[in-house]
Amino acid sequence: MTAATAVGLAVAWPLIAVVWITVFSKRPNLRETGILLTGGSLFAIVAGVILPEVQAGGRPRMDLLEVLPGLELAFEVEPLGMLFGLVASGLWIVTTFYSIGYMRGHHEENQTRFYICFALAISGALGVAFAANVFTLFVFYEFITLTTYPLVTHAGTEKARKAGRMYLGILMGTSIAFLLLALVWTWLATGTTDFRPGGILAGKVEGTQLMILLALYAFGTGKAALMPFHRWLPAAMVAPTPVSALLHAVAVVKAGVFTVLKVVVYVFGIDLLAFTDASRWLTWVAAFTIIAASCVALGKDNLKARLAYSTISQLSYIVLGAAFATTAGVMGGGMHIVMHAFGKITLFFCAGAIMVGAHKTEVSEMDGLGRRMPLTFGAFLLGSLSVIGLPPMGGSWSKWFLMLGAAEAEQWVMMLVLMASSLLSIGYLMPVVVRGFFRPAPVEDGHGDHGSSGFHEAPLLCVLPPVATALGGIVLFFCAGDIWQLLTGMVP
Amino acid sequence: MIEWGLYNYWVVIFLMMTGLYVVISRGNLIKKIIGLNIFQVSVIMFYVSMGKVRGGTAPIDAPGFEIYSNPLPHVLMLTAIVVGVATTALALAIVVRIGEEYGTIEEDKIREIEAEEHPN
Amino acid sequence: MIDALWNLIGDDLPALQIAMPLLTATVCVIVRRPMLAWAVAMFNAWGAVVNASILLYRVWTRGTISYVEGGWPVPWGIELRIDLLNALVLLVVTSICAVVLVAVPRSIANEIPREKHYLFYATYLLCMTGLAGMTITGDAFNIFVFLEISSLSSYALISQGRTSRALTSAIQYLIMGTLGGTFILLGIGMLYMMTGTLNLVDMADQLALLGVNRTVLVAMACLGVGIGIKLAVFPLHTWLPNAYTYAPAVVTAFLAATATKVAYYVLVRFAFSVFRINLTLDGTHGGALLMTLGIAGMFAGSLVAIFQDNIKRMLAYSSVAQIGYMVVGLSLANEHGLTGGLVHVFNHAVTKCGLFLVLACVVLRMNSTRLSAFAGLGRRMPFTFAAFVLGGLSLIGVPLTVGFVSKWYLVLGALDAGLWPVAVLILLSSVLALIYIWRVVEVGYFTAPPEDADEVAEAPLSMLVSTWILIGGTLVFGVWTSLSAGVASAAARMLIGGVS
Repeated sequence: MTAATAVGLAVAWPLIAVVWITVFSKRPNLRETGILLTGGSLFAIVAGVILPEVQAGGRPRMDLLEVLPGLELAFEVEPLGMLFGLVASGLWIVTTFYSIGYMRGHHEENQTRFYICFALAISGALGVAFAANVFTLFVFYEFITLTTYPLVTHAGTEKARKAGRMYLGILMGTSIAFLLLALVWTWLATGTTDFRPGGILAGKVEGTQLMILLALYAFGTGKAALMPFHRWLPAAMVAPTPVSALLHAVAVVKAGVFTVLKVVVYVFGIDLLAFTDASRWLTWVAAFTIIAASCVALGKDNLKARLAYSTISQLSYIVLGAAFATTAGVMGGGMHIVMHAFGKITLFFCAGAIMVGAHKTEVSEMDGLGRRMPLTFGAFLLGSLSVIGLPPMGGSWSKWFLMLGAAEAEQWVMMLVLMASSLLSIGYLMPVVVRGFFRPAPVEDGHGDHGSSGFHEAPLLCVLPPVATALGGIVLFFCAGDIWQLLTGMVP
Repeated sequence: MIEWGLYNYWVVIFLMMTGLYVVISRGNLIKKIIGLNIFQVSVIMFYVSMGKVRGGTAPIDAPGFEIYSNPLPHVLMLTAIVVGVATTALALAIVVRIGEEYGTIEEDKIREIEAEEHPN
Repeated sequence: MIDALWNLIGDDLPALQIAMPLLTATVCVIVRRPMLAWAVAMFNAWGAVVNASILLYRVWTRGTISYVEGGWPVPWGIELRIDLLNALVLLVVTSICAVVLVAVPRSIANEIPREKHYLFYATYLLCMTGLAGMTITGDAFNIFVFLEISSLSSYALISQGRTSRALTSAIQYLIMGTLGGTFILLGIGMLYMMTGTLNLVDMADQLALLGVNRTVLVAMACLGVGIGIKLAVFPLHTWLPNAYTYAPAVVTAFLAATATKVAYYVLVRFAFSVFRINLTLDGTHGGALLMTLGIAGMFAGSLVAIFQDNIKRMLAYSSVAQIGYMVVGLSLANEHGLTGGLVHVFNHAVTKCGLFLVLACVVLRMNSTRLSAFAGLGRRMPFTFAAFVLGGLSLIGVPLTVGFVSKWYLVLGALDAGLWPVAVLILLSSVLALIYIWRVVEVGYFTAPPEDADEVAEAPLSMLVSTWILIGGTLVFGVWTSLSAGVASAAARMLIGGVS
């Protein structure tokens, strides 16, 4: 199998899982084994066939069809997309394990629909990762929105419905009103929507028009949760935790910031942006989002809400890196996609495990829980360190490179912003760990069978994944060099 | 300045406005149809009068008949008259049925009944 | 044998497009039995589709077809003139006619007494005659005649609805439609007076020699108003919501996809082929006026649609909005804009007809088209409701559906003309479509049906087939666009280039 066919195959691969799930919908064990096998083989294809080609400098391409003159559906893999593809396909496996544990432990309904939409969303994420032009990316971007809607509204309650409305309204609304306009404008100005190294806009769009176009792309990518189009993310926390974990810490939001990063590097070109200073306003918007979201997170008692605002803040790190329009900035942003994915997914897994194992959702209720769920809270600690940006977690490297990018762009205020945000993240993440391990448990605990001692972890399948991803964060610390090596292909 | 030589167009306009006025202002459906007819007639007059040539006759191919009035508008208007008749017939049929269903053919009363019985 | 048949009728295919439905309508009246009448109508309708495809192919490969009726030479005789523009519209009209006809028997069994079915088929075919004739004729007065044929039959069809409101809707449409037709007649009369001809091509040449003239301007205005009424341009659209809501379900599906589209074709034809855009859109303020009305229609239609409880009425107002898009495309008067308008003729016909057929299924099973009738329909009638969701996505303009193709060209046209506010407005009204479509989707999937609700079967197969042919078409033609967008852009190029 050549790398080129592997690309198309990888995007379509999750559909095998969809068929399998439909056929075996009444036999859960068989159904879920199928998903895991599909996920495993998908990762093998992505990491085993496509990755070596890209690492060697190749750019495997598959042209599908021409929809309109000048608008083709095509795939082409370059380093950033490779990275995102690896993250999405790899974490699908981990999240499937987790979902099995969570959905069964919580006795959720409609599991078949859940797994089908999940698989479709992964397919969409891979489509976004491997898109060769803005049009293909747009198609799969909308596909992700539509296939994750049933996941967000899974519970079927009135609250879920309202959340779904906000989700769909903001994401589709911004993509139709802004992103589509940007797409048409790009095509009109350049005659193509291809992603090319060095960008395609040089000489075609100038001055304030360049800034407006960038604004349309940035705000049109609602999944990147730039303020003021961020409200969908906390609203979507009504979904089951596996959904929150993969989609909102990895696939959906990462598709958003990936889009911004890719557009900045391959449509605008960082040289053009640096030369015209067209992205400076974006650094301010991103900085505002970083700080404001962190401050809001400080005040949230609901753990998932706190993590949601933390995500909004972290996503803007990547947008900030892109807005620096320097090599270190964009590479740092790309690296942060990976690091944050692992860190945040750990945190969400732990939040879900706490919900299933101890039935607690508010941070103020989690006193002493760490002693009863040491593995969970241990993983939470490691995940927090990654998000805060401390060694030996991978997040420290991406933060380092982002600071480097700020320095390269001579944006000293932004360096302060990044450092301030680390402090704020300590403020909203560490209390969970501290409460869990060092505070005494409340006496009037209603669950009689827990007793005062002994472990009572969440089900195994809910605990192993966060531990795995937490350890993965440590592994990434040491792999950062390889990731850096891969990403240098982005900006020759 | 009023061009009295173009009096036919004034007739047309008068009929047209009368017809339109009747359609808009009268609530009785039969009267609306009458207004519609007047409106259609005005256009028929327009065509027929535009075809007239001063000193012209019907197109008879015989010595002594030199100047012909344009016969084409007449032909077109035969069709238009038929269309008008068909429209009137259909409209009257529908009005009869409305009368049976609603018991009235006054537009405002019909609206009242509709608002009560079939609000949407 | 095929060759022999071809030699026999090959050259007369344009005339057959008009003659066949006319004759088969009479046959339907003679044949009283409903299913036999239906069979006759089906034979004619699908034959017409084949005919239209052959004509389109011929025009695409060999250029404009000119067929003189009765051998009377142009410009004194009546000519049937088929170029890329009307070949596309003809294909749309005949295909919609044929596909909807598949769903008709089961649907009207519920709404019209059985002894009148044969008359229904006859009237349906007469309507098709009128629409096909209007599309392919090259003579101005002929347009009027076929317009009245199709209008009269559509008034009759609409009045067959189940409630008595169908009658009042029909008379309201009749009055407004006749006013419109008469204005068109007036306009044609003035043009005849000034140019001395009724043949469209000859008229265009004569007008070019004549230049701008007050009578011609008044003729333009009369034609504009008349066609505007038939096209349901805002604010002349007031007949549309009632007519679409209270007509029998399949009649709505048929008319929504054809009547206004053919009126749009007539407008394009007069604007670009007869008056030539210099006269209509640059010299006067016609372009700006049309654009304003189009945008007003887009927003008025979408906004009112959001608040409707009757979903049929909601889709009717949505149609007003979609017609606004087409008018904006026309008023942009550049290649991309006009392509957008023309391709939207195709795309909207496919989408809206599919959606109205979904509603026909719902009416058949639930006897109501209120929002409450859709409760839990996602589970009770899954295929029907899935069709609604897909059709809705096409209305919103999600990529890979036909709706996206139209939006693409329209936005491109607006940006091409330097009118980026118009582009923004087009996209904003798409977001409004998201709101009114999603209301229904939510109710279908989230609201539980009332406890005392009966078991509801899925829609009958014939209706599902019709619906899914069209809804499937929204996906197929959203990806394979050479038929719709390819022909539309070639037609637009031809029109703007001034060649006919």
